[in-house]
Amino acid sequence: MRPPAEPERQFAEPWHAELFAATHALAAAGAFAWPEWAAAFGDALARADAAGGPKDSSDYYDVWLSAFEAFLIERGLADDDSLSGLKAAWTEAYLSTPHGEPVSLSE
Amino acid sequence: MSKDEEHTHAHSLLPSEPALRVRAIETLLVDKGLVDPKAMEAIIEAYSNDIGPQNGARVVARAWVDPDYRSRLMDDATAAIAELGFSGMQGEHMVAVENTDAVHNIVVCTLCSCYPWPVLGLPPAWYKSTEYRARAVRDPRGVLSDFGVTLPAETETRVWDSTAEIRYLVIPQRPAGTDDLSEDELAALVTRDSMIGTGLVFAPGGA
Repeated sequence: MRPPAEPERQFAEPWHAELFAATHALAAAGAFAWPEWAAAFGDALARADAAGGPKDSSDYYDVWLSAFEAFLIERGLADDDSLSGLKAAWTEAYLSTPHGEPVSLSE
Repeated sequence: MSKDEEHTHAHSLLPSEPALRVRAIETLLVDKGLVDPKAMEAIIEAYSNDIGPQNGARVVARAWVDPDYRSRLMDDATAAIAELGFSGMQGEHMVAVENTDAVHNIVVCTLCSCYPWPVLGLPPAWYKSTEYRARAVRDPRGVLSDFGVTLPAETETRVWDSTAEIRYLVIPQRPAGTDDLSEDELAALVTRDSMIGTGLVFAPGGA
């Protein structure tokens, strides 16, 4: 634990920003109260730590992602089948879209 | 170009596995009408550009130069911070804690990473680390020493554990020799770490 030598970027990966924004936007829209999510996330971080996860927070957004998926499913806001179906559809879209063209899901 | 390279570059670069899972979540929430994609974009834009420690620095500098503002800040930080145009997305309640010769304040979130986002932006990696979250409470002076901060033995350290409802902002001590500086010049001296309590503010050129 040392102060960083150079300024850190706000988000290390674009998906960190997207996940952060999706979580906040959904809370702001009233789908859940922030403390409910903070409690679920806190539990997930504690479990990851107990399971021997990295201590330097490098897995922070990975834990956030898994906890958010579970939270959405538990609240009935998402289901496992839809999430895996959409992930497969996005993968297919990336693999079938020529390089340089915008990637989108076909209807 | 070999056959393999041709194949690799024929289609768009596949995002990482977690990136695809996030994309799936976004698509589902937007399709269900639960979130507005424009709201998401606005959040990313704000946190990438507009929201960061420079906001907290303005609050601190104002408190240093304006005793009335300082009183309002210590009394009701949420309202005083909103006066400068900064407010939270989740209605977090803000509390300002002031460093003095007698007391040095440090902020942590032992649960996860609750942080005063509107005034400091996103937390640095070390704030989220297991080590900081555990050690700040147990051994604040050891943590401060890691950050190069040594306090007089008689100074009391107070550790504030943030929650989802209450976020703390440390008001660092104004360094000596800064009487002639403008509010903007003072704000430029205030670092992120000084507002978490793991740093001090120094006069320009001094140390």
